[in-house]
Amino acid sequence: MNPVTANPPVATAFFFYLLAATMIIGGIMVITRKNAVHSALALITALLAQAGLYLMLYAPFVAGVQIILYAGGIMVLFLFVIMLISIERTVKERQFNKQWLVGIAAAAALGGLFIAVFTKGNALFPAAKVVNYEEGGNTQAIASLLFDQHAGMYMFAFEIASLLLLVAIIGAVVMAKKRI
Amino acid sequence: MDALLHISTLHYLVLGAALFLLGVIGVLTRRNVVIVLMSIELILNAVNLNLVAFSRYWQGMPGHLGGPAALHGQVFAIFVITDAAAEAAVGLGILIAFFRNKETVNVDEVNLLKW
Repeated sequence: MNPVTANPPVATAFFFYLLAATMIIGGIMVITRKNAVHSALALITALLAQAGLYLMLYAPFVAGVQIILYAGGIMVLFLFVIMLISIERTVKERQFNKQWLVGIAAAAALGGLFIAVFTKGNALFPAAKVVNYEEGGNTQAIASLLFDQHAGMYMFAFEIASLLLLVAIIGAVVMAKKRI
Repeated sequence: MDALLHISTLHYLVLGAALFLLGVIGVLTRRNVVIVLMSIELILNAVNLNLVAFSRYWQGMPGHLGGPAALHGQVFAIFVITDAAAEAAVGLGILIAFFRNKETVNVDEVNLLKW
């Protein structure tokens, strides 16, 4: 069976544009809402749409990690902190600082750079071909890259990441605690 | 029309660039620290989208760098998610300490270290 033509994905364009529109609208709402809780909900929507895009890119493990860690973990942390600080007063305050000119200039410069790169480099990024996996192959392949003694090259980085998380836990407790 | 309907790596890169720009605008213009941190999450997610899209691109390529086992982009995305979790924990801890001291969450009122 030819892996390139076998079992092409259905309605890819429609779902891509649906999820992309969800992400863009969610992102715009994140940076424009007054209430931080609304921003957090918009960010959760955008992150879930991104998990859908990961599924379309044949990355089911990353999609699962995205949902569990971002929508389930990090956003709960954000919502807890929003509840801890008083939101009634911050909603009434001025929402944007006086750097909007700098912000627009920086965004325009970056956007121009992206447009230049993407139009000049168009031939560098042809359409990715369709590759079929065995059932459960993705998670196993990622695990063997991370943990395998011989094939895995990210074992050391994985251990360093655990150290980073330990430092972050201690740092967060030290920062947030009143008296140590 | 065919270029619009046939989704390629470039489509994901353009979406990632748009999200990155939204995050940059949010970081530079918002006053609320919580929303600034959320904009940083947007930036990290834009990078993650690019990494996974390039991983998909390399899976379709021939040679010893490509093939279905070319999952380095996805592994990198997992590491970036780990960093995002650590960054959110430390940032929100700093935010709580700051709110306890100054009774505000606006970044432009953070001037304790200003000379």
